[in-house]
Amino acid sequence: MAKLTFLGGIHPYDGKDLSKDKPIRTIFPKGDLVYPLSQHIGAPATAVVAKGDRVLVGQKIAEASGFVSAPIYASVSGTVKAIEPRRVVTGDNVMSIVIEDDGQYEEMKEMLPVKPLEQMTSEDIVNVVKEAGIVGMGGAGFPTFIKLSPKEPEKIDYVIANCAECEPYLTSDYRRMLEEPEKVVGGLKIILSLFKNAHGILAVEDNKPDCIKKLKELVVGEPRITVKALKTKYPQGAERTLIYATTGRQINSAMLPVDAGCVVNNVDTIVAVYRAVTEGRPLIERIVTVTGDAIKEPQNFRVRIGTSYSELIEEAGGFKEEPEKIVCGGPMMGFAMFGTDVPTTKTSTALLALIYDEVAASEPGPCINCGRCVEVCPGRVVPSKLATCAEHFDEEGFLKGNGMECCECGCCSFICPAKRPLTQQIKSMRKIQLAKKKK
Amino acid sequence: MSERLKVSSNPHIRSKVTTHGIMAAVVLALLPAAGFGIYNFGVKAAILLGVSVASTVGAEFLYGLLVKKTTVTDLSAVVTGMLLGMNLPVNAPWWVAALGGIFAIIVVKMLFGGLGQNFMNPALAARCFLLISFPAIMTDFNCDAYSGATPLAMLKAGETVNVTDMIIGNVAGTIGETSMIAIIIGACFLILLGIIDLRIPGSYIVSFVVFVLLFGGHGFDLQYLSAQLAGGGLMLGAFFMATDYVTRPITIKGQYVFGIFLGIMTGVFRIFGPSAEGVSYAIILGNLVTPLIEKMTMPTAFGKGGKCYVKK
Repeated sequence: MAKLTFLGGIHPYDGKDLSKDKPIRTIFPKGDLVYPLSQHIGAPATAVVAKGDRVLVGQKIAEASGFVSAPIYASVSGTVKAIEPRRVVTGDNVMSIVIEDDGQYEEMKEMLPVKPLEQMTSEDIVNVVKEAGIVGMGGAGFPTFIKLSPKEPEKIDYVIANCAECEPYLTSDYRRMLEEPEKVVGGLKIILSLFKNAHGILAVEDNKPDCIKKLKELVVGEPRITVKALKTKYPQGAERTLIYATTGRQINSAMLPVDAGCVVNNVDTIVAVYRAVTEGRPLIERIVTVTGDAIKEPQNFRVRIGTSYSELIEEAGGFKEEPEKIVCGGPMMGFAMFGTDVPTTKTSTALLALIYDEVAASEPGPCINCGRCVEVCPGRVVPSKLATCAEHFDEEGFLKGNGMECCECGCCSFICPAKRPLTQQIKSMRKIQLAKKKK
Repeated sequence: MSERLKVSSNPHIRSKVTTHGIMAAVVLALLPAAGFGIYNFGVKAAILLGVSVASTVGAEFLYGLLVKKTTVTDLSAVVTGMLLGMNLPVNAPWWVAALGGIFAIIVVKMLFGGLGQNFMNPALAARCFLLISFPAIMTDFNCDAYSGATPLAMLKAGETVNVTDMIIGNVAGTIGETSMIAIIIGACFLILLGIIDLRIPGSYIVSFVVFVLLFGGHGFDLQYLSAQLAGGGLMLGAFFMATDYVTRPITIKGQYVFGIFLGIMTGVFRIFGPSAEGVSYAIILGNLVTPLIEKMTMPTAFGKGGKCYVKK
C-alpha cells in the first residue's frame, strides 16, 4: 500500500534526537504562577477570584465568557497576588491572574462533576470537557468541547488522533505516546463513544515506529480503532493534510473538519480529555519540550500551567551558549519570544533555544521563479505570486490566487533559495482579509 | 542572559539552498560541455568563453555601480556569460562575444529589473540578437578542426552524418553544444542536486521526437532521429536553457505545456524552416508565452478541486 501522505511538504532537520530519549520529568514551580485570561481562541475568560483570595489546586479561577471560551484552573495552591496585565509569549500584555505558590499543593476535593464512565451520557462527557477548560493543546487553542459537540454527531465518520508531531524538535507527544499510550487510547475511546458511527484513527508519523508498535498492541481487539502510519513529512500534522492523508478527504479554508465528517484532536488534548473524564482533573498541566542547540540538557517536562518559561530553562540546565533566538513552539510555526519571563499556557508545546538564527543571517533577494515554493506548498497555491500580491497590496490578485487557502505552515519560506519571507507576507495579507470578512 | 533576542515571524529555520548556490551549481554543470568545447575547438574557444563571461559579469558590475546595488555576487551573470559563450561559433571575433554579453545583461536583464524580472533568457536573447545582426559570423562554422556545415545542416541537405561523432561531440557547431555526452553529464549533476527536473527537458524531447516522427518525412528512421536529437542546440537548450527558472512557467502543469510547446516549435523550425536549427528561437518564443501558460495552468488549491469532499 502506498504510504499515507499529501502533495508537497518539506523535510527539515528534525532535531528530535536532542530530547526524544529523555523520559518526561515532573517539575514544580518556584516563582509565582501567571495565568493569562486569554490562552485559547475566543473570548477571554473572566476572573472569579479576587486579590488576596486563597486558592487550591484545581480550583476554578476564571470562568468561560461566551460560547467560544474556556475556564482556567489554578495549578498550585496559594494566594492570588494580583490580577493585572502581564507579558505573554507573543509580546503582548494580557490581563492575567498571578498566584503566589505556597508549595503545599493542597487540592480541591471535587474538581469536576464526574461519575463512573459507564453512567455518563454524551452530554455529561462534553460538559466535563467544557468545564475542564480543555482546548486544542497542539497550539491552536480552540475549545475542545465545541469540536466534540457538532450538530449532527451521527454524521461523524472519523475521529482522528493527531499523533503526527511533524513539527521539528518537538518530542512531547512522542514521549506521551511511549509512556502513557493507554491514556491516549483511553481518551480516544471516550471521544469515540460520542460518535456512534465513527471510526477512530491514531495517525502517527513513521519516524516513531516504537509508538506505532505500542499503540497497535493496545488497540488489538478494538474494532473501532486503527493505527495508521503516515509518511514523515512536515506539515503532516496540519489538520487539513492529516485528514487528507488518513481519509482522502479534502477540506478548504472555509470548511471545518466536521464538514468532512472528521473530528481531529492532538495527543495532549486527548489525554487531557481522558484525565478530565476518568479522574475529574481539569486542565492544569501539560508536557513541554525544552530543546535546541543552546540548551544544556534538552528534555520533556510535565509542567504546571502558569510556570514561567525561565524556570523551564533553569530546570534544563540553563544555556550551553547564549541563544540568538528563543522560540515558543516548534521552529516552523512557533513564536519568536522577546524574553523568557513569560508564563506557559495551555497551548505551550515547546521552548526552542537556537544559538544561531538562520533567518537573521539570510538576506532576502529577488525571486528567481524557481518554483520550489509551488512544489512544497500543501495548499497547492503559488506562494511566490501570492507574496508579491501581498507586497503590492493587490487584494484582488491575492484572493484570485487562492491566498486564503494558505495554511501558514511555513514550507515556502523554509525552502525559498532567495530567502524571501513568503509565509510572513502571505500571513499578513490573510490577516487583513480575515479581519475584513468579520466586519 | 541578555534580553536581546532576535524576533521574527515564523518559520525560524531556512533550507541550505541559496540563489548563489544554485547558480554556482549550474556553472559547475556547464563545465563538462564547455571543457569539451575547448578540447574540440582549441584555445580560441577558451578565449571566447572568457570574453563572454567577462563581459556579462563586467556589465552587471558596472550597472550595479550606476544604480548603487551590488547584484553581481549572485553568480547569475556568470551563468549567462557561460551560456552565451557556448552558443557562439568558435570563429566569432571577440567583440561579438563582448557585445552579446553586454546586450544580454543590460538590455535583456537589468533594464527589466535584474535577476528574476527578465522575460527572456538573456543568453538566448543575445544569441538571437547576434544571429540577426551578424548572420554571416554567427553561422560560420568553419574552423581548423572541421570544415563545412554542421551535422544538422548536412542532414537537412540530405547528406549522411556520423551519429557516434555527434553524440561524443567531434563535429562542427557552436562551442558548447556539440557534445551530447558532456551536456548530459552536467544535466545529471543538476538533476541529482534537485536543481532541475525532467519535466521540461523530458516533455520537450519527447514531443520533439513525436513531431519528427510525424512530420520529419523519414518515418521511423533511427539514424535520422538520433541525429536530430544529438545535433544542434537541442540538448544544451533542453537541459540548460529551457529550464531557466526565470523564463519558464512556475506551475507544474505549465512546465509540461511549455516543454511540449518547445518540442513542437523546434520541430517546425528545423523541418519546415529555412535553417537547420530552431532551438534558440523556439525557447525564446516559449519564454514569451510563459506568462500565458502560467495563467492557464494555475494549480487548483487544496480542497477546491473536483475531489473536494462535499457533505452529504
